[in-house]
Amino acid sequence: MNSVHDLGGMHGLGPVIRELDEPVFHADWEKRVFAINLALARRVRNIDAFRHAIERMPPAGYLSVSYYEKWLYAMETLLVESGLASRQELANGHASSPAPKQATGSLSDGDRDDSFDPAAVKLRFDKSIKARFKAGDRVVARNINPAGHTRLPRYARGRRGVVRYDQGVFAFPDTRAHGLGAKPQHVYTVAFEGKELWGEGRRGRTSVYLDCWEDYLERDRAAASNTAASRTAAPRSAAPRTAKSRAKARPAKPSGSKRRKR
Amino acid sequence: MSDEHSHHDAPPSEVTQRVKALEQLLVEKGLINPQALDELVETYERRIGPRNGARVVARAWVDPEYRKRLSQNAAKAIEELGFPPGPQGEHMMVVENTPRVHNLVVCTLCSCYPWSVLGLPPVWYKSPAYRARAVIDPGGLLKEFGVETGDKEVRVWDSSSEMRYFVLPEQPAATQGLGEDELAELVTRDSMIGTGLPKSPAARGREAAGVAR
Repeated sequence: MNSVHDLGGMHGLGPVIRELDEPVFHADWEKRVFAINLALARRVRNIDAFRHAIERMPPAGYLSVSYYEKWLYAMETLLVESGLASRQELANGHASSPAPKQATGSLSDGDRDDSFDPAAVKLRFDKSIKARFKAGDRVVARNINPAGHTRLPRYARGRRGVVRYDQGVFAFPDTRAHGLGAKPQHVYTVAFEGKELWGEGRRGRTSVYLDCWEDYLERDRAAASNTAASRTAAPRSAAPRTAKSRAKARPAKPSGSKRRKR
Repeated sequence: MSDEHSHHDAPPSEVTQRVKALEQLLVEKGLINPQALDELVETYERRIGPRNGARVVARAWVDPEYRKRLSQNAAKAIEELGFPPGPQGEHMMVVENTPRVHNLVVCTLCSCYPWSVLGLPPVWYKSPAYRARAVIDPGGLLKEFGVETGDKEVRVWDSSSEMRYFVLPEQPAATQGLGEDELAELVTRDSMIGTGLPKSPAARGREAAGVAR
């Protein structure tokens, strides 16, 4: 969802304030929230539903409360939505009915938080799921704007990049957060140049390496045909482009090995 | 369990009440065990933190074979040193700083962080300001943190998936003769996030002698 949690590239949020010799927790209630969440993770929630619950916080609250208060909000939300507790019970601190054996809703699809589970590691190296892309492939992040959970930030949508790593197979947050199954697929680390993301005039040479599930990516056909064209002896025109296309193909060369002319 | 002694922004007591109610309710429902909670807190306050990551970095500096294993399968290499993957540490990748590339880790969408090597993240790492700026103005941000990157490429790792990244900083100059323990003392948390560099032995010496930083 296009919510305030998707912060990459926003301005006006003030300086980054650091605390010297910061303690791990700032209050006892933070310790309890942290530990309750981890303990619950092993029983009733999946990480994607949890992240999505935080994203659904009202924006003003999201920006003003502390990190562990967001966790608290998400736990309360998921407990109520899954039928494990009622608002009344949360207010009283006492159970008026025993917890149901099985949670319902987004938590009921049988996958507990398997990012904390050895099964997750197995999934990652599952060879039966084919990869559509490989390192070096030029890709475009799709311009999607789902109202539900997604891990494709706005700043990357529609932008062109190069696959650097295939990180293996992972569950798909966009479906799993909503109880719609794991939809396992490859995740790729895609390099986007700073200029591609933010335009000209940026300070220094920067790139953002973003992990993208396969469903977030399309092949960059403009770049592919341009590369092919540059390889043939008789040059032919590149694929047709729309007037506003960002698809100005660049040579297929990893940014890491590029040397700026001075 | 009282917050009376907290000197930091005391949370509204409403939050404390909510947390108490939540814990009590979940215990009554048999969904959590209070002792297990105490153990979790203890683990992250005492046993898992940036000193673990510093050991990994120091070993990688002195042992090229270890460094190779670390770059091939970071979670496994980290476990070799006695640090289990645990939550937020199962799928790890180490990103190496070089004379040409400086790496910086962020999570723009939430606050993903490599717990197994760095412990729980500091407040600033989770702050909207850091998450917003790291991707659009990493150079300016690094300058504020006192890191000059010159004409290096600054490579920002936005942890949007279950992969967790941590930085293997460059070994400081003139430390080739130092042992692993001494080297680990030079490795700071921020140098493994990318918002800092390892200390020089001289700076470390001044610290040890109690001279103001």
